[in-house]
Amino acid sequence: MYPPKFDYHRPSSVQEAVSLLQQNPEAKVLAGGHSLIPLMKMRLAAPAAVVDIGRIPELKGIEDRGDSLVIGAATTYHEIETSDLVKSKCSLLAEAASHIGDRQVRHRGTIGGNLTHADPASDLPATALALGATLHIAGPGGSRSVKAADFFLDLMTTDVHPDEILTAVEVPVLGGNTGSCYLKFEHPASGYAICGAAALVTLNSDGSCASARLCFNGVAARPQDASAVTGALVGTSLDDAAIDQAVDSHLAITDPMGDMFASEEYRLELAKAYGKQALKTARDRARG
Amino acid sequence: MTEKLFGSAIRRREDPRLITGAAKYTDDLKLANMAYAVIVRSPYAHARIKNIDTSAAAQMDGVLAVYTAADVKASGIPGVVPVGWLLPNLKTPEHPILAVDTVRHVGDAVAVVVATERYAAYDAAEAVHVEYEPLPAVANPAEAVKEGAPLVHEDVPNNIAFDWEIGDKAKTDAAFDRAAHVARLDLVNNRLIPNAMEPRAALADFNPITEELILYMTTQNPHIHRLLMSLASIGLPEHKIRVIAPEVGGGFGSKIHHYPDEAIVSWCSMQLGRPVKWTATRSETYQTDAHGRDHVTTAEMALDEDGKILGLRVNTFANMGAYLSTFAPAVPTYLYGTLMSGEYTIPAIYCHVVGTFTHTTVVDAYRGAGRPEATFVIERLMDQAARVMGLDPTEIRRRNFVPPDQFPFQTQVALQYDSGNYEGALNKALELIDYEKLRAEQAKLREQGRHIGIGFSTYIEACGLAPSAVVGSLGAQAGQWESAVVRVHATGKVTVFSGSSGHGQGHETTFAQIVADELGVPYEDIDVIEGDTSQIPHGWGTYGSRSAAVGGSAIAVGARKVVEKARKIAAHLLEAAEEDLVFESGKFYVKGSPDKAQTIQEVALQAYLAHNLPEGIEPALEATTFYDPPNFVYPFGTHIAVVEVHPDTGAVELVRYLAVDDVGNIINPLIVNGQIHGGVAQGVGQALYETAVYDSSGNLLSGSMLDYAVPKAHFLPSIETAHTVTPCPHNPLGVKGVGEAGAIASPAAVVNAVVDALSPFGVEHIDMPVTPEKVWRAIHGQASGNGR
Repeated sequence: MYPPKFDYHRPSSVQEAVSLLQQNPEAKVLAGGHSLIPLMKMRLAAPAAVVDIGRIPELKGIEDRGDSLVIGAATTYHEIETSDLVKSKCSLLAEAASHIGDRQVRHRGTIGGNLTHADPASDLPATALALGATLHIAGPGGSRSVKAADFFLDLMTTDVHPDEILTAVEVPVLGGNTGSCYLKFEHPASGYAICGAAALVTLNSDGSCASARLCFNGVAARPQDASAVTGALVGTSLDDAAIDQAVDSHLAITDPMGDMFASEEYRLELAKAYGKQALKTARDRARG
Repeated sequence: MTEKLFGSAIRRREDPRLITGAAKYTDDLKLANMAYAVIVRSPYAHARIKNIDTSAAAQMDGVLAVYTAADVKASGIPGVVPVGWLLPNLKTPEHPILAVDTVRHVGDAVAVVVATERYAAYDAAEAVHVEYEPLPAVANPAEAVKEGAPLVHEDVPNNIAFDWEIGDKAKTDAAFDRAAHVARLDLVNNRLIPNAMEPRAALADFNPITEELILYMTTQNPHIHRLLMSLASIGLPEHKIRVIAPEVGGGFGSKIHHYPDEAIVSWCSMQLGRPVKWTATRSETYQTDAHGRDHVTTAEMALDEDGKILGLRVNTFANMGAYLSTFAPAVPTYLYGTLMSGEYTIPAIYCHVVGTFTHTTVVDAYRGAGRPEATFVIERLMDQAARVMGLDPTEIRRRNFVPPDQFPFQTQVALQYDSGNYEGALNKALELIDYEKLRAEQAKLREQGRHIGIGFSTYIEACGLAPSAVVGSLGAQAGQWESAVVRVHATGKVTVFSGSSGHGQGHETTFAQIVADELGVPYEDIDVIEGDTSQIPHGWGTYGSRSAAVGGSAIAVGARKVVEKARKIAAHLLEAAEEDLVFESGKFYVKGSPDKAQTIQEVALQAYLAHNLPEGIEPALEATTFYDPPNFVYPFGTHIAVVEVHPDTGAVELVRYLAVDDVGNIINPLIVNGQIHGGVAQGVGQALYETAVYDSSGNLLSGSMLDYAVPKAHFLPSIETAHTVTPCPHNPLGVKGVGEAGAIASPAAVVNAVVDALSPFGVEHIDMPVTPEKVWRAIHGQASGNGR
């Protein structure tokens, strides 16, 4: 597997990276390389230039801001899944990261590369959506921030413009009365999500549901927010029957995907089964 | 007496170099002045080549040549890939090494680019402009024979390569006429892609002065490649071709066959007078490595009121792909129809197979080669018969097993089983799995809404094809004996040269174990050399689980010849009569006088010095053997799969897997169990995950590891293994084969287990691979009244 020729740039700052992207409109951003490099080696992508942001220091690391964690875009899945900070303050993200690929992939792939690639079968888009993450983006005009709900535009398309770089992902610190769960039904070949369910449940002091989130990877071109399901759960006791009923009655997927391994109809069944189980596990974890 | 090595679980001596990366595979080799070839392949399943424009590619930096079929023709070489197994009335359309006018499958070779470096070769390959006129295609073996199906070869009507039968049709039909019960199944044996870890590769080094070709390549049988290359592909005399198999990283059959690719690079090296290397990309291996299986079958079993089998009737369409690969015609015929008696006394069998051409990659032997397909037919039918009659699946098998006192047992489909104790293996398996307890647990869990299933495969396989005369009478254009040279050097160290050609099996370990015992020489003093036509007398290679039974036997016979010669020399040195000598632990001595001994090492030195040899004895100490066995060997056993099916998603979880195999005497239990583990994993892959999918236009949809699911370690439980030992009665070691047993037995065991789990839903069959959606649909269909 030998890609065609391309120019390689390795900027040392975000500012330099942005100006390289401005100068090279045909350039592609490279971080961990686990999506772009295979496409180039199979000659399905042939960018004239590659801007490697994987070693820019300001894109690395996890910062605790009290109410939130700010995770540099070039932070690897392995760093996230093994971070005590992430595990204790935003365990959903650590759990989702642990489901990605295999050990080698998790040591190379990055959170920023994952989210900007926006593969519908990846594990982090629905996780970011469920968490209500904020995406920080740098461009020629300076920095801006976008909520996850506005970030994923379509299949492999995000709000990041060709001359912009995702610099960090900000996720909320979850409270003690919140439980979460990421569950995945994976394709046996690729390991990608046929259906990935990210659930968050926050309890009132009487144990009833204060709020909940349920989002899906893999079932449609964009991560899906099952807000009708979680809306119906607020105020309930969150027992199994309540969860089953909310999912059965309210789960709808807009434009579900189908392929030779799993049809649209079957994916919806998986979403029901995995949605229920993810919510129940999140509830159990919230109850401690 | 030193400790015997035969039977000892010593660690493989191959592994240190393999796991540290020190092993040298074909692609690791670099020769001075070496160039790189990239083959331009068809993106269409069927198309007319209207024009090939190589001019842009030829002018690119570093490009040495761009060749098409016209150049091959102009060079005057034969330029084809032959078929090595002939059946009556077999259609053998020509398979050119570069496509002439028409491409017949995605991946068919159209042109070749040679450049001084790989990047340049790939860039230039993209610049070769081929103008195609796409034509309609057919991919399914049963669809291919239908009226109006696109023809793969214009001179092969209805795409029928052969129409073959075995058994007695009238007798079998009569058995069905008087049957009390009939079990019937429509079965698809899913098409598989081999996925050897190392992709195929070839490095050709032609010397224009001596006109000799050295071809390093990924091969399971260097001599077969040399023979076919010489006879049909490149026209060089056989003695001017040296084929070397460096380290070969797995084959599973895919590296038996002769492909256009090694002929193309050899011819390129002949044209350019410099070494040329080609290594397949993973995508190329998917498009061009011979695939396996791909049968569409209707199978019926007739039984009397007591559940005794009266007859078996099987009709199969077998996909050959676009051309006939090396041994393709044998796989769905003599390696399939002949296995239809399974472990059972079946008085009437009729098996009819139509081999069809389609616009797909060639199909040939893949781990098990015909025998997994046959086992799947029989073992699925046994379960279906048990269901029809309301019997336990073990009971119907017991009622039909060939009893241990009936050997040798002549089946109705040509084979004569030499030995066996089928019920013994079943009993051992049932005891190990605690069958009664497991059934009770299944019933209890069912009440809780959980669905576990227990599946059996009581299989037999026939491997180590032999003798050559019989195999030849069935159409093989090859012998099936094996060679060995056992050479004791002057210092008493030993080199063994074997015509087997290992590619992961551990021959360097097991063959040395055999020789250590036979000669009484330390294991560390014995090396095993394979895979080089210039070092080894003719050999037929490693496939069909033949290396221990045929290659190992040849080595044992050779070692025994060495001992007989050494005995003569020792008797002379000890001034004793030969018949008075004892040979024990590497020492010759006169019975009763072990203190005065000649070691085999001492004898070897004398044999080489030749200062004092008995009259009529030639110097040196070595023996060459060509061993042609009298019969196949017949491993057998009972495999049990336990699955849990999750009805909400259809997911199948393999909970337990027990393999009780009888492979005769075991040389190295570690290696035998490793082979079982690997074979079972591959069979579980077929049962649950793997399938090569073509669309109706002949596009390979599962064209990469993103879509084609090879089982991963975490998909599998810890595989439990046990053995019964029924030694092969006809070879010197009492060994049988083990390489394929796991892949032969396991698909049926797993599918039987899934169907057993789903019996409350009325499910009788699910085609492989048993994917979650298929299971979910089978359950759902019944629930909504749409199912069978």
